Amino acid sequence: MQYLLLIYEDESVAKDMSAEQNKDLMDRYFAFTREVREAGALLGGDALHPVASATTVRVRGGRATTTDGPFAETKEQLGGYYLIDVPDLDAAMAWAAKIPAAETGSIEVRPVMIFET
Amino acid sequence: MSAERPAPAPGAWLEARRAVERVVRDDGGRVLAGLVRSLGGSFVLAEDAFQDAVAQALERWPVDGLPANPAGWLVVTARRKALDRLRRRSTRQDKQAELELAARLDQAEADEEAPEIPDERLALLFTCCHPALPEEARVALTLRAMCGLSTPELARCFLVPEATLQQRIVRAKKKIETSGIPYRVPALPELPERLSSVLSVIYLVFNEGYAATAGGLLRTDLCEEALRLGAILEELLPEEPEVAGLRALMELHHARRAARVDAEGVLVTLEDQDRSTWDRATIERADARLKTALARRRVGPYQIQAAIAAVHAVAQRAEDTDWWQIVGLYDALRQFVPQPVVELNAAVAVAMAAGPEIGLRRLEQPAIAEPLRDYHLLHAARADLCRRLGRVEEAAHHYREALARTTNASERTYLERRLASL
Repeated sequence: MQYLLLIYEDESVAKDMSAEQNKDLMDRYFAFTREVREAGALLGGDALHPVASATTVRVRGGRATTTDGPFAETKEQLGGYYLIDVPDLDAAMAWAAKIPAAETGSIEVRPVMIFET
Repeated sequence: MSAERPAPAPGAWLEARRAVERVVRDDGGRVLAGLVRSLGGSFVLAEDAFQDAVAQALERWPVDGLPANPAGWLVVTARRKALDRLRRRSTRQDKQAELELAARLDQAEADEEAPEIPDERLALLFTCCHPALPEEARVALTLRAMCGLSTPELARCFLVPEATLQQRIVRAKKKIETSGIPYRVPALPELPERLSSVLSVIYLVFNEGYAATAGGLLRTDLCEEALRLGAILEELLPEEPEVAGLRALMELHHARRAARVDAEGVLVTLEDQDRSTWDRATIERADARLKTALARRRVGPYQIQAAIAAVHAVAQRAEDTDWWQIVGLYDALRQFVPQPVVELNAAVAVAMAAGPEIGLRRLEQPAIAEPLRDYHLLHAARADLCRRLGRVEEAAHHYREALARTTNASERTYLERRLASL
């Protein structure tokens, strides 16, 4: 089954990090990414720029409106994701728990809907 | 076609209905558990097919008489029902599943008369108690799958409308399917955390039944169900001391059930209970169970709570209670369960061991007084200790504070009586 692991974290924490702390964190992410890839479970994944860079678009009655900022203001923000393919939820949860942000923020595990074509 | 069929004899219908209920209660868990496995791990399909088979049994058994092997009959019928359900679906994925299942069923036809039912109940229990499911759904699924309780029975037990309970189960089943909750006993690294979810579901069932006795309601059946689940779990995981600990804990509470409420259904505290009505045989059995568990030297919160209950249970009179031992046990318990309610109980134990004044000071610690500000039992504890010290005015004030914070009728009557007796 495919699962999207959504990484939610308070962005301000990362902002206040020293260069050294930041490097440590990045190293942990690289190590995690390598581990999932080598396990053959990785389908994709990316980090996202902070929500200050977000633009939200809505079309209502044929008219597009654009607003600055994320879809919803929350204490923790979507900061990145991994897309994995594993046998079941237990396996997905085990990978989620290994993402560095699991210790400071939250990882939402969502099964991906597969449509028959 | 049905006109040819002889009508069931008078009484046959009722008799068959009882037989179905008995098989579902006694063997349902094992049948369903094995069924999930033979359907390739699909809990939802198995559960639906099992319900279909039960419905068919209710229809057929009054007419055809009881099958020689009722549990086996349910297995075979449920497998056919599963195949019917797959055929009615039309997606490509289901076609594949149908073919696989048909192949499996062909193989199973051979032992039609007495299909072997391997004991897969542990996997079933772990699936029903998966932490990805909401707690109330875990409780409902477990009681339904493992104990064979029907939706109306469950709704009565939990005092919710049948539709609400039905929806809880439907949602949980949907989540099991869409989110890929597996059907297996967790691997060793995950086992402790997952087992604690199973234990807490069982203890929740027990407490639901236990609280109900004091509410003047007849829901003690839930205590029996929890005890039964505890027994099954210990049979399946005999090496886990926390399983035995939970079982002992429930047995020790259950042994006191006759003394817990008076003739009017009002709560009787441990101190005032008529100890001659305690079930000594059960207490001894639980105590022995607990000692065996503790000897494994892997202590946990249920073993400690059972040990506390055991200290109470072995005291011949309330004044014989070894309170210092209880204080020590609470110190151990708070390492596992760092919660204000545990601190509150620990403070009460200190009061009983070292005197009400010391206990009262303990109750004012921020770790207790702040989070439990609106918890009626904190106020009741203050009131009780003031009463013991002869500080009548203060005691009355705290009893009123406690009364303002509880709606449970039995507890209210108890507090009102205490207040009046000052």
